[in-house]
Amino acid sequence: MSDFDSSPQPLVLDALHRELGGRMVPFAGYAMPIQYEGIIAEHLWTRESAGLFDVSHMGQVLLPLAADTALETLLPGDIKGLGEGVLRYSLLLDAKGGILDDLMVTRRSGDLYLVVNGAVKAADIAHMRAAGLSVDERTDWALLALQGPKAVDALERLVPGVSALRFMRAAGFDWQGHALWVSRSGYTGEDGFEISVPNAAAEALARALLAQSEVRPIGLGARDSLRLEAGLPLYGHDLDPGTTPVTAGLAFAISKRRKTELGFPGADIVMAQLLNGPPVKRVGLAVEGKLPAREGAEVFVGSIKVGTVTSGGFAPSLGLPIAMAYVDAAHAADGTPLEIEVRGKRLAATVVPMPFKPKNYVRAEGGPA
Amino acid sequence: MTTYYTQDHEWLSVDGATATVGITDYAQGQLGDVVFVELPAPGAKLTKGGDAAVVESVKAASDVYAPVSGTVTEGNAALEADPALVNTAAETDGWFFKLTLADAGELSGLMDRAAYDAFIETL
Repeated sequence: MSDFDSSPQPLVLDALHRELGGRMVPFAGYAMPIQYEGIIAEHLWTRESAGLFDVSHMGQVLLPLAADTALETLLPGDIKGLGEGVLRYSLLLDAKGGILDDLMVTRRSGDLYLVVNGAVKAADIAHMRAAGLSVDERTDWALLALQGPKAVDALERLVPGVSALRFMRAAGFDWQGHALWVSRSGYTGEDGFEISVPNAAAEALARALLAQSEVRPIGLGARDSLRLEAGLPLYGHDLDPGTTPVTAGLAFAISKRRKTELGFPGADIVMAQLLNGPPVKRVGLAVEGKLPAREGAEVFVGSIKVGTVTSGGFAPSLGLPIAMAYVDAAHAADGTPLEIEVRGKRLAATVVPMPFKPKNYVRAEGGPA
Repeated sequence: MTTYYTQDHEWLSVDGATATVGITDYAQGQLGDVVFVELPAPGAKLTKGGDAAVVESVKAASDVYAPVSGTVTEGNAALEADPALVNTAAETDGWFFKLTLADAGELSGLMDRAAYDAFIETL
């Protein structure tokens, strides 16, 4: 642990995490629970029931509605055309199309609501302000995620009406006189919700959720293994300024209108990659055997290094090690056999489609998709 | 048979010139769910303080250092099929390897159970 980690800030729910037996570690400048009963048990519980995650380290930011035009100069998403109560996944880009952060943008009746990564929120806010945006960071709100197939049952009992939301939709609700902002979204590949709650009500809401039989507290460790199985990239690991929406496999975040109108940072580079193919691609790797390949492990074809693992570990729902890596485009096709070097040993690996574990979202069109 | 402990949270149970080595229950609790253990091969010569094994938990890989010098005679084959033995039985069935001591004098610097328990109280 570096000295920078020695005095992390407490979250609003710090005392609750400790009471629940959470093992606290420094993360994104905060003391956060990495696990309670154990990562594998928490992971599997989330996949079969519902897990409560404290993600209050993430930045919650409001912009004026009129900022939609200016925001579009920083990212490739269609924000002007975003409907009220709809979330859009997008990417803050630098002048070379490099990814500065990934984020969610929701248009609300009176503002734009953004959720950005905790580790880079200060940089994001400075970047937006430098572009002339009026940014209101809401440190008076906590953010909880309730994820898993039974999340809807537990939350509907406390907050009637949330079950009517569909994936990537959001609305305001009242809970015991407190205003909540609830999105049907998450970072586990499961159905679930993200709940913005005033700090003053956060502990009471967390306790009320944990009192539901479906719900257990889940730490950062399982959050990481769940998102890895779901094929979702983690900023600072799978995404950074050396990656673009195209190399990262996130071209879906370039909205149709923006592909013709352009006007986002690095548009020339990003569009050239989209047309001609990127030099490298983020891929999923199924690793043979039981030895996990971690971030930083090098990927080979014979003696030629063709890539680097950016996230990797044991997948509890699959019982196997899996990894994400950036590999040369020539070796990125599904089914390509590759080797990963771990402590001098070569592990056999195969490029596989992501998600590793099928997603279980409740889509607007109907049932789970 | 006498059991010794190290500040790196290994235990070794010594019977004559043979020692059985593992990690402590405290250590497994810190590591979390163990998913793989890389053991030294029989015949490997270990040097006190040098790399001996690697424990992969869900979170991360952790090195296990040789608590004493010696020659490995056997790895715990049961860990290959069930690495979680390290979590459920760290100081019994979840042992890592056995070795023949190179220098029994190295044992004198290690802790007994009472000293180890006092040590982990300070952490």
